[in-house]
Amino acid sequence: MKKQIEHEHAKKEPLIRLVKRDALPTWKIILIYAIAILGSLLLSSVICSLFSSKNPLKFFSALFIGAIGSSRNIWILLQDTALLLGVAVALVPAFKMKFWNLGGNGQILVGSLAAISCMYYLGGKISDALLIPLMTIASILAGAIWGVLPAIFKAFFDTNESLFTLMLNYIATGLVTMFLMIWLEGGKKTSLEPIAYGNFPELFGSKYLLTILVFFALAALMYVYLKYTKHGYEISVVGDSPNTAKYIGIDVKRVIIRTMIISGALAGLVGLFLAGNIDHTIRMDSARNMGFTAIMATWLAAFNPLVMMGTCLFIIFISRGMVMVRADFGFTNDSIANIVIGLVYFCVIACSFFITYRVVFRKAEKAEKTKGEKTV
Amino acid sequence: MTHFFVAAISIATVLLYGCVGEIITEKAGHLNLGIPGIMCMGTAGGCLGVSLYMGSLSSPENASWILLVLISLLFSVIFAALLGGIYALLTVTLRCNQNITGLAITIFGSGATNFLMHSFIDRTHFEAAGKIVSASLPFADRLGGFGRVVFGHGVFVYIAIVVAIACAFVLNKTRVGLHLRAVGESPATADAAGINVVLYKYVAILVGSAIAGLGGFYYIMDYIKGSWENAGTIEAFGWLAIALVIFVLWKPNLAVLGALLFGACFIMYAIVNITPTQKEIIKMLPYVVTIVVLVLTSIRKKREHQPPASLGLSYFREDR
Amino acid sequence: MEKQTVIEFRNITKRFGTSVIANNNVSMDVKRGEILSVLGENGCGKTTLMNMLAGIYYPDEGQIIIHGEEASIRSPKDAFRYNIGMIHQHFKLVDVFTATENIVLGTGKGEKYDLKEAKTRITAMSEKYGFHIDLDKKIHEMSVSEKQTVEIIKVLYRGADVLILDEPTAVLTPQEIKKLFAVLRAMRDDGKSVLIITHKLNEVMEISDRVAVLRKGEHVKTVNTAETNEKELADMMVGQKVTLNIDRPMPENPELRLNVEGITMVGNEGNFVLDNVSFDAYSGEILGIAGIAGSGQRELLEAVAGLHHLQNGSVTYINPKKDKPITFYHKSFERVMELASEGMLRYADGKDFTGKDADGRALPKKAIRALVEAGEIFFKEDEIINLREKTPLQIRELGVRFSFVPEDRLGMGLVGNMDIIDNVMLRSYRRGKSVFVDRKSPEELANEIIKNLQVVTPGTHTPVRRLSGGNVQKVLVGREIAAGPKVLMAAYPVRGLDINSSYTIYNLLTEQKKNGVAVVFVGEDLDVLLALCDRIMVIAGGKVMGTVDARTAKKEEIGLMMMGAAAQSENA
Repeated sequence: MKKQIEHEHAKKEPLIRLVKRDALPTWKIILIYAIAILGSLLLSSVICSLFSSKNPLKFFSALFIGAIGSSRNIWILLQDTALLLGVAVALVPAFKMKFWNLGGNGQILVGSLAAISCMYYLGGKISDALLIPLMTIASILAGAIWGVLPAIFKAFFDTNESLFTLMLNYIATGLVTMFLMIWLEGGKKTSLEPIAYGNFPELFGSKYLLTILVFFALAALMYVYLKYTKHGYEISVVGDSPNTAKYIGIDVKRVIIRTMIISGALAGLVGLFLAGNIDHTIRMDSARNMGFTAIMATWLAAFNPLVMMGTCLFIIFISRGMVMVRADFGFTNDSIANIVIGLVYFCVIACSFFITYRVVFRKAEKAEKTKGEKTV
Repeated sequence: MTHFFVAAISIATVLLYGCVGEIITEKAGHLNLGIPGIMCMGTAGGCLGVSLYMGSLSSPENASWILLVLISLLFSVIFAALLGGIYALLTVTLRCNQNITGLAITIFGSGATNFLMHSFIDRTHFEAAGKIVSASLPFADRLGGFGRVVFGHGVFVYIAIVVAIACAFVLNKTRVGLHLRAVGESPATADAAGINVVLYKYVAILVGSAIAGLGGFYYIMDYIKGSWENAGTIEAFGWLAIALVIFVLWKPNLAVLGALLFGACFIMYAIVNITPTQKEIIKMLPYVVTIVVLVLTSIRKKREHQPPASLGLSYFREDR
Repeated sequence: MEKQTVIEFRNITKRFGTSVIANNNVSMDVKRGEILSVLGENGCGKTTLMNMLAGIYYPDEGQIIIHGEEASIRSPKDAFRYNIGMIHQHFKLVDVFTATENIVLGTGKGEKYDLKEAKTRITAMSEKYGFHIDLDKKIHEMSVSEKQTVEIIKVLYRGADVLILDEPTAVLTPQEIKKLFAVLRAMRDDGKSVLIITHKLNEVMEISDRVAVLRKGEHVKTVNTAETNEKELADMMVGQKVTLNIDRPMPENPELRLNVEGITMVGNEGNFVLDNVSFDAYSGEILGIAGIAGSGQRELLEAVAGLHHLQNGSVTYINPKKDKPITFYHKSFERVMELASEGMLRYADGKDFTGKDADGRALPKKAIRALVEAGEIFFKEDEIINLREKTPLQIRELGVRFSFVPEDRLGMGLVGNMDIIDNVMLRSYRRGKSVFVDRKSPEELANEIIKNLQVVTPGTHTPVRRLSGGNVQKVLVGREIAAGPKVLMAAYPVRGLDINSSYTIYNLLTEQKKNGVAVVFVGEDLDVLLALCDRIMVIAGGKVMGTVDARTAKKEEIGLMMMGAAAQSENA
């Protein structure tokens, strides 16, 4: 022996080891997520009460009252869920194709801007029956252009799409600022008054119902599109293995461009609803950051549009509930909602680890053998 | 014109911090889309330091330059590294998707910063503190236009340049740099060579985050002299900084020049004499330039100009 | 004199997941100054066992004893501490680093970082064992053999006394193997222990002092090489007697099916990946392609399949259509008119069909369609189809029945995250005009493949990435054969498969050959190529070195050609 081996722990086996799991049953996956969400909310309640010295339990009651405390709250909850779902539906084909479309905000914004421009310039000059279809076409077209630009460069030159789409967000914001500058006569007024023309009609006497029906229906259609059509099949192949797609004769460039036209157009549609049915005006932050929030919603739903209905509802539930928490706890700044949502995201993201891996402790392992395989 | 160069260098400094931070992280194989949020967090931390220090004084006039700079630097670095630590925990130890985690970090970071700055941090003495932090070398003014461009900045500008050059040196000329690059290129190889992959990844992410965080703090305290609206602008700088990484081919020393170019684009609107509407168009310039840069670099691909080979991938030794 | 024992495995067991047992209760030893072969089929657990010595895996049960003391090797770093170094089959090198940077990686803690000094040390060591290597060359510019040399130096530089080499000869030419063996012997005589993981019996006999045989995760026996022979080892390795003979009937009525003429392809770095390559493939024969890994075999098949842009040359497919009625290819009325104008078609009674009536007026589209559908238009000659610059989809729409089993099964042939049904329908999902995909007939096909090829899977809805390598390959080959090809190209179809699965694949290829398919087979094991193929084309550096008759050619001759020497005799 040449060298004395000095290694104190040499004879012990490692304390913690990771082992890749076989597939987990669905109920266990749901259980893991439920624990994570509950944990993150508990943590949030403690943080909120630390900053305000209120009872942390009040956090939960306020959360529920804010989200579903009145019929109006429920309607707004459903409407906002529908809007977020709309964006998620727009993004999901892109993400399924592994195209990192971080440009949801920009695509919504240009869609909204196109609709508002129609309302501003043509409102009152032509009838609403003509104006609304025109707005629809304009929004969808604008969103599609914003979506297809990065797709073309991705398809032909493999240009980094996530940064491209991000930059388009800021250009969209710049365009909105520029138009506002024109409409507000160089900044004499601070915001654009709601425009009375081109507003969508109420459905069965409810101003919320149309939005809700449209986007929930689109989610169902997107599910069918991805799962049962040839287009959807091609998207999966391109996303999972671009080389296989080429080998099998799928025109990858075409699929990327086609899918991003759909993705952008749907995001533009959400912009249309924001302009024509909800806000009737436009601001730099009209997109409500839904372009990013929806990414989390699609990812949490494992890119399944039906599950997205649930994840969108959950995210909106928290952010609507936080409005009440903020009021009850006396926070003057609405960013507390982002903190809580961020915490929820962290915990939920961490779940993916426990679903893929199993942690084995040195002692536990010995016991395990006598008990047989036990997981979680 | 002098004013234009001074302003361009200031914006460049913000971008340089973010860009160098992201380079260090990406060299370890981690694409950190949380950098915008981390830059915000660095702002909040630094500002907290400033408010605690200024609040402890009987009068803002008693503030010492060195103490203020050191305390704010320390707070900024710690806060940014804390958020970077969450990113590292999720992506290194728990092997979560880097893009998704990064986005969540940005959402959390900008939200938390807005909240802290608005409701928690005492900003009464910020203007005074801003003046102190941004104080330039006393003889700069006597050297005319050139002197003001080169020496007329606060200390954080020079720290940024030193950090960038130091990072370039460490990456290319030291064993630690060799190991770090190996971790980002091929963690399995580094692991097989006995390099502690997890440790290198953690340290790179924490150091990268700390550097990036200073960018946000510099912007608030030095460039806009302690005023505060919201985290949106810093977030925009963060995204630009990430794009800049591609432009400068993952080289911290090139980043100094790249940041200067972007800074000039960013501030262009201020020197041209045009209507406010036209100014809004010019303000889109940095984003348009970024897109052009992205497209151009993707068209002419070269082996030496590629991102670290395992950027964005989690490493698990027992993967077969 | 009894040699000193360096390493001892005691009752080692390693599992993956809950169902796969890679090593079961393995006990064996390694001595100082010996070359020990670890012999076994693919999937028998030999690499897993060695990985536990190298710190990649940690055993679930049992102990590893080093120099008489129990050792815990939790990471490669620990392995170095015990002076153990492993050269993996997939080299662990950083592509953009130079040889020197790779060699010093992870060493010299606390010392000054000085690449120049390291270089002198490496040079001295290279001279001692007889290596030749350019230390400033980047890894991605190196040949496989050079990379392997870097790996060996890397391990020696760390002062390893125990070297483990995982399938070191798989990618080398016979000449390179000789050089490697000389180096290994030099190291053994220097007192080092060398472990070679392999499944090649002749090499075991040539190089090793002792052989440890593993089968299905268990240690069968360790024997002295001098006291055994190939046949005994083969029996131990497989457990039952297997015929190493592959059935090879003579080709029947070979007809030219595929003609490749002077194709040239430039790679990303501006180098010639394929340089003026020409060959013919005939129906009813297997054309083997031999060469060192990375000589352009893969690109050649991909280029023929329409996946690459070619600078020069032609790819022509001869469709055996003489005296057969024309049928509509998927959607190409234009193709019928093109053939008519080329004078390729006739009526049943022998008169030319030109798409015009007796008066020279063009027939209406509808009438032509009716004639074709009624089967009244015939080919005069075999149809000749130019495939250059056509995409895979266009090739298929021209009615060319190509099947292609690519090298990268999960990266190119299949989609890992999709289930067997969705993978089986990759070739056929476009069928029909509906916007929806039809999963019924693919499901039937999937079940058929599972049954006929004995694919081990929980069901048709299992994602293929969860299947073992052999079963993945069966799904892929099954799908490609189900497409009813006239030309079947397969790149390394048995890589990583156990002997039984390999033979299933060989038999499938031979069966296709008997059915009149032109088979092109890229292989790495020369013994298999010589036993399976009718002709073997050898390529080196993207150039064709020559084509030999597989029934008469010698292994050494092919080896020389793989190294770049022109064929000694053009006997095919």
